[in-house]
Amino acid sequence: MSSMPSVAQIFDSMEYGPAPEELGPVRDWLASHADGFRLFIDGQFVAPLGGTETIVTHNPATGETLGRLAVAGADDVDAAVQAAARAFPAWSATSGHARARVLYALARLVQKHSRFFAVLESLDNGKPIRETRDIDIPLVARHFYHHAGWAQLLAREMPGTEPLGVVGQIIPWNFPLLMLAWKIAPALATGNTLVLKPADYTSLTALFFAELCAQAGVPPGVVNIVTGGAATGSALVEHPDVAKIAFTGSTRVGRYIREATAGSGKALSLELGGKSPFLVLEDADLDAAVEGLIDAIWFNQGQVCCAGSRLLVEEGIAPRLIEKIKTRLSHFRIGNPLDKAIDMGAIVAPVQRERIDALVQQGVVEGAELWQPDIPCPDDGCFYRPTLLTNVHPSNVAAREEIFGPVLAVTTFRTLKEAVDLANNSRYGLAATLYSENINRALELAAKLKAGVVWINTTNQFDAACGFGGVRESGYGREGGREGLWDYLRLKDEWLPATEQRPAPPAQAASARPAGLGIDRTAKNFIGGKQTRPDGGNSRPVYDAGGQPAELVGEGNRKDIRDAVEAAFAAQGWAGATAHLRAQILYYVAENLDARADEFTRRLVRISGHGARDARREVDASIERLFSYGAWADKYDGQVHQAPLRGLTLAVNEPIGVMGIVCPDDAPLLGFVSLWAPVFAMGNTAVIVPSEANPLPATDFYQIWETSDVPAGVLNIVTGGRDTLTKTLAEHDQVDALWYFGSADGSAFVEKASTGNMKRSWVSGGRTRDWSGPHGEGTAFLRQATQVKNIWLPYGD
Amino acid sequence: MSQPSLSITTLHSNQPPRVQPIPFDSALVDGVRVNLSAVERRVATLSGRRTVKKQWQAAWLLKAVTCIDLTTLAGDDTPDRVRRLCAKAVQPVRRDLLEALGMDKRPLTTGAVCVYHAMVPTAVAALAGHNVPVAAVSTGFPAGLSPFPLRLEEIRQSVAAGADEIDIVISRHLVLEGNWQALYDEVLAFRDACGPAHMKAILATGELGSINKVAKASMVAMMAGADFIKTSTGMEATNATLPVSLVMLRMIRDFAERTGQQVGFKPAGGITSAKLAMHYLMLIKEELGNDWLSPHLFRFGASRMLGDIERQLEHFVTGRYSAANRHPLG
Repeated sequence: MSSMPSVAQIFDSMEYGPAPEELGPVRDWLASHADGFRLFIDGQFVAPLGGTETIVTHNPATGETLGRLAVAGADDVDAAVQAAARAFPAWSATSGHARARVLYALARLVQKHSRFFAVLESLDNGKPIRETRDIDIPLVARHFYHHAGWAQLLAREMPGTEPLGVVGQIIPWNFPLLMLAWKIAPALATGNTLVLKPADYTSLTALFFAELCAQAGVPPGVVNIVTGGAATGSALVEHPDVAKIAFTGSTRVGRYIREATAGSGKALSLELGGKSPFLVLEDADLDAAVEGLIDAIWFNQGQVCCAGSRLLVEEGIAPRLIEKIKTRLSHFRIGNPLDKAIDMGAIVAPVQRERIDALVQQGVVEGAELWQPDIPCPDDGCFYRPTLLTNVHPSNVAAREEIFGPVLAVTTFRTLKEAVDLANNSRYGLAATLYSENINRALELAAKLKAGVVWINTTNQFDAACGFGGVRESGYGREGGREGLWDYLRLKDEWLPATEQRPAPPAQAASARPAGLGIDRTAKNFIGGKQTRPDGGNSRPVYDAGGQPAELVGEGNRKDIRDAVEAAFAAQGWAGATAHLRAQILYYVAENLDARADEFTRRLVRISGHGARDARREVDASIERLFSYGAWADKYDGQVHQAPLRGLTLAVNEPIGVMGIVCPDDAPLLGFVSLWAPVFAMGNTAVIVPSEANPLPATDFYQIWETSDVPAGVLNIVTGGRDTLTKTLAEHDQVDALWYFGSADGSAFVEKASTGNMKRSWVSGGRTRDWSGPHGEGTAFLRQATQVKNIWLPYGD
Repeated sequence: MSQPSLSITTLHSNQPPRVQPIPFDSALVDGVRVNLSAVERRVATLSGRRTVKKQWQAAWLLKAVTCIDLTTLAGDDTPDRVRRLCAKAVQPVRRDLLEALGMDKRPLTTGAVCVYHAMVPTAVAALAGHNVPVAAVSTGFPAGLSPFPLRLEEIRQSVAAGADEIDIVISRHLVLEGNWQALYDEVLAFRDACGPAHMKAILATGELGSINKVAKASMVAMMAGADFIKTSTGMEATNATLPVSLVMLRMIRDFAERTGQQVGFKPAGGITSAKLAMHYLMLIKEELGNDWLSPHLFRFGASRMLGDIERQLEHFVTGRYSAANRHPLG
């Protein structure tokens, strides 16, 4: 303040001046907690039961201490979970309208304290007050309003569902209050109770939110907030009474959570990392694209999971676009996040800043050219200049690793196909952005990009009505929109306790060829549209209901699975087949099964020991099921969400890709049909492991598929030992999702092994379904066979 | 982009060189790509990204004053009415306020006075001895549909009467028909008729029906040698808006990058508040740089806005909210 320029000097220079936001009541609030913050459990602020450890939380822009956070130990987490469990019966029984009132009150309270929240969030996180004021906090309020509406409508719109119970929620530091809202609002709307752990860098707005909960009428125990570090999070993840974990954060931690919860029966939704592409086509509005990049990678200091961090630009316009980016960044403003005219604030913590810089330096070593604007940047505080890395090849660390900082990696492409190849050349699949004024090119790209969200001519758009979430190693589950509610609900009575499983007879040498069967019929595998001998050259006997060897099937091994996945991967053009065609093929399969109904009935009688009437009923139910999914093929529509923009937000149900299906032993025909048909109907390709004990109805299907126009490679079958085959499928990184209907142990294994590529898994956990009842078919299966892609398409001229 | 600005106030004896026309190049028109939603988003977020407070705000408000084309375009204009306006143009802010702001030593005037042809001699006489240019709206303003030779003659007569600047209107139908060559020819003919006077080309953007056509018409007018491109006559149903302005500014930037020539910008109509004036200045600073924060390259076609600016300036000086009757009428 020593040399404040005069009006005349400013009139000549036309520079910006300081415009600091006042701390106002935030200062008093922090002072009133100078003795340390507490945990929010059962409606009370309480000190931890045990240790005296605290975490000091800082303002990253200045390094100043803001407060001391309590560290919840396992006993505190347990107290929070127990409080939530006690609150669950009453809260889940509360009427939707009553819950809507609570959510509405939360929305109103957030708005009433919007400036307080905005200042506190900026102070604690380092992000500019402009963002907290104009983006984070309004979206928080919007999320509670929107979900107040879902609470109101839930009983009518989601009939037959129920909440899960106590939900554990772990959120990151990049959007502290917004992530809290994304977690808490849907959980409360659907009648769950919860324990939330905010990030240790940024817990303050969550603690202020806790103070508002009682005012909003949230009953004690319904919302519990425990602060702490990784150990606190682990205690929550591993707590046996937690029904679900909802996590947003790094893929590394997501992987740990998947492993730690494997076999526990906990539901899981994971919103993980990303390396999202940002494509600029030569027909784009380049100035729009430049501003898009500002909103993509130089928003929140680039600490955004869905940040458009890989710029893929069509070669012809690359020099011009890069010049425009440099010009734009040359008057970018970095500094005090509480200044209202700042574009970029502080990195959340020194360790993050060091990580960013290390990755940038590594990128340069690997051939990238570094450019940073020559603009003022504070010397103290945790700041990092906006950074442009050009000449970044796909092998460069800057193109592959999530940097989580203000760093843009630039690569050029020649054709649309190459753009898609480069964009999808990533382990991640969270978001994608593209700029083009040509609707044909734009929509083609939108369809082909592997991402849960695609923004066209805009970027980093979020809204409570639209699902957000990723594919591949960016996780699974959606937050926002109707699709997001499913992650907090389950169908009532969906599963039945495990039935007495007929133990598979011990595998033995296949020498005892069953007698009296006429011409030899040893079923092989079915891979790539052909019946192929198992790689190992071995067969295994299948026993009939009386325990007598009935026939031989192939003894598949991991190489057969490998080949089948290859075939399924190569057949993914199936996703582009029309829904009408998929339906036609399913009807054709039904027609051919009907023609051979007697044969299948006899088969079932022999292997299952059912009476002929029961067996016939299973065959007829299978035919009907095929009709059902034929019917569904062109009727499981997406939605057009009501986002607050002039345009469309299209929620498209897309196939997941290559799916593994491990079939149940019960209902050997109907269970098999009930699983592959929805997968097929939605445009996935599949590798199917039939029941180990009763594979023959599946192997009998080869001829039906062959005569029903099922394209080669779309459906593949490998018979053999369930555990061996499941292991290979679960660990296969080209398999995008795996359905497992079998034992509890097998289910746990599948969940644990899925972490290699973070594939989606759907396991029975040793339970079963009533295949001939209402839970034997329908949208529950279709949801598991699809992933929702939200495509944002603003329009106007 | 962030070179220091040029000199402080307008001196019409010291106006920048005329923009030189370049041959019509259809590629510059065909290459235009504007995404309206992105434009709107940029504008909507900019007001949250930038602000000026305290003495910065006062200085910026004074800058805005120097960029105003103080205008009267009414059927009941009289010479006395125009003289009153000219007096305001010469002393737009109370002297005591300028003293309090430390700006009283500067010849702080509005950017120009803008009138119909009939009032040009009156304005020229009233402003004699002051460095405030007189601008005349012309070419059958506002619709621009009078016979073409008459439109040229109207320009010539206004220039002969002493107008320093001519605000021409384009034939909107040429834009709506996509007849860019004809539009170019028309504007070029107007420019020739202007002789030494600077020409502002009014695009009447509210009547063009498409943001892309606004951009294309901007480019054509600049190719034909417009010294300024101007949004509106003030008579259209929709006049200046920030999104339309952003698009025109970006075309100015493109033109400067391609030809090295700086074309001015004038939003007109509907800009009534000091706050909105600040948004315009920030938009220009961000998109074009400080060069354009000068009456040589930027004008507001706005008169009512001045009253609001005067009140804001007094508030800065006294700390009290001001009243309209405390500031002299124009």
